[in-house]
Amino acid sequence: MYHTVAEKILLKHAPGMKELAPGQFIECRIDLIMVHEQLGGRIHVEYEKLGLDRVWDPEKIFFILDHWIPAPTINAAQMHQDCREFAKKYNFIHDMGINKGICHQVLPEMGFARPGMLIVGSDSHTTTYGAFNCLSTGIGATDVSVVFATGNLWFKVPESFKISLSGELSKGVMSKDLVLKLIGDLTTKGAIYKSLEFHGADCLSIDSRMTVSNMVVEAGAKFGVFLPDKTLEKWLEHRTKEPYQIVMPDKEAIYEKTMEYDLSELEPVVAKPSSPGNLDSIKNVEGIEIDQAFLGSCTNGRMEDLQIAAKILKGKTVNPKTRLIITPASQEIYEQALNKGLIEIFIKAGAVFTHSTCGACIGGHLGVLGEEETCVSSTNRNFVGRMGAPSSKVYLASPATVAASALHGKITDPREVL
Amino acid sequence: MEQIEGFAYILGDDINTDDIVPSHTLTMRDPKEMAKFTLEFVDANFVNNIKKGNIIIAGENFGTGSSREEAVNVFKILGIKAIIAKSFARIYFRNLINKGIPGITLDWDDKMFSNEDQIEISLQRGEIVNLTKKKKVNFVKIPEFLTNILKEGGILNQLKKKLYN
Ligand code: SF4
Repeated sequence: MYHTVAEKILLKHAPGMKELAPGQFIECRIDLIMVHEQLGGRIHVEYEKLGLDRVWDPEKIFFILDHWIPAPTINAAQMHQDCREFAKKYNFIHDMGINKGICHQVLPEMGFARPGMLIVGSDSHTTTYGAFNCLSTGIGATDVSVVFATGNLWFKVPESFKISLSGELSKGVMSKDLVLKLIGDLTTKGAIYKSLEFHGADCLSIDSRMTVSNMVVEAGAKFGVFLPDKTLEKWLEHRTKEPYQIVMPDKEAIYEKTMEYDLSELEPVVAKPSSPGNLDSIKNVEGIEIDQAFLGSCTNGRMEDLQIAAKILKGKTVNPKTRLIITPASQEIYEQALNKGLIEIFIKAGAVFTHSTCGACIGGHLGVLGEEETCVSSTNRNFVGRMGAPSSKVYLASPATVAASALHGKITDPREVL
Repeated sequence: MEQIEGFAYILGDDINTDDIVPSHTLTMRDPKEMAKFTLEFVDANFVNNIKKGNIIIAGENFGTGSSREEAVNVFKILGIKAIIAKSFARIYFRNLINKGIPGITLDWDDKMFSNEDQIEISLQRGEIVNLTKKKKVNFVKIPEFLTNILKEGGILNQLKKKLYN
């Protein structure tokens, strides 16, 4: 039988199985599991129910605190204490503490995401690692407990959609615009349970691919996997010494659906309140006044995102009616931004530059929205109340659009200022 | 588990996990306290209206969003026995089954269900009877792989059996 990337990787991880097909239920070996604050939320409560004094393999657990760091409230501080206690009790080896950054950035940066792997995490945006030609997806606390205990997890083999990309992005258009368009086209339920397989992405940087894989879950997808290429291999060279095997689909693999995007035809877009699928062209929302602009999160807080913002803001000042908050996706990116002089540009432009954390993305700290406030944000969700008060409104957009909008105090087409 | 009875509580499309468990409650340590905020921004009266034993009947893409299992837990605490939806988000569906709550996918309309209708579900027969409206409808049965988890009252119970037998 012929297989897609998802089918190949799942088959490789299903002991004793020679074949599989979409719809089938299988048990798979897990290569790596990522956990964050959820460890102190639900996971430890569920795991203790099993009465075990060990985890299956402490080497294969990646533990990081990122959502509320450093703890902004007593509740968060206690949650962190619960996490640390658990990590100590079960001898976690890869304990990243609170000073590395956001899980989905730090894990690949440290070379933990490699082609062919099967990774799960206690966070829905675990799909991000698909940019590295591996399968990765989010699971809940009970599933995490099952993996902690056994190293195995049940899966339903998904159907795959082939997303064929061609051309190059034009000036002021970013991969965020591509993925927002894709979610708008699919709708937020259009890819439930599906594996999205991206072909022809050679022109996209790793940073750009991560943004796309990050957000596939907003269309309901289980995986968002890219084919391997030279760009990926070069990236991995600097990040890992571990061996890996790239995974290509069979030419005859069967896709439930094929979608084609010519990157050169894309334009800046936004997702209007309160759904990532509420797509609109920048033209239709231009001029809407904003109270806050947020650049950060696991979706867009990487070097290329900060660089385009710096290009737009260099030597200029943020509109006095608007607050611009910039949060790098990891401390490594923070350091690079520091060394390249980007932070100085941002500070001189009047932005607040924070340490790396989920922070404003989840309405946790460092930029919570008040009643009726409007924000343009580079994050991935604009649900009611996600970034603060339930009456606040969030427009999801690319880092270029966020920076341009901060400059003018209203939603602005980045092509006007680049 | 095979026969479930309760009263319908209707919810709309795209109810997400931030709706079910608002972010500001996520660091609360007491699950019962957290449950008091269930759906607060979507349906302010939900917690007061929901009676023990209720069956949620929702629209498309139920539980979209985060992997936070609290979004299943709060319903469990509030006594929800089953959720019927036109479609479920993937992680949410897993979490439901793993916690022993049946998630039933069914394309329904308001001729079939209204608030507080008395409902009977047979998982084995793949059948829902609306006793109030005297109507019957079939659904695609939950695969055996998953009903085995439900029968044990959740995947951790199933796993415990395997670990200790
Ligand atoms: S940055 Fe936002 S979306 Fe990403 S892991 Fe943190 S809270 Fe989740």
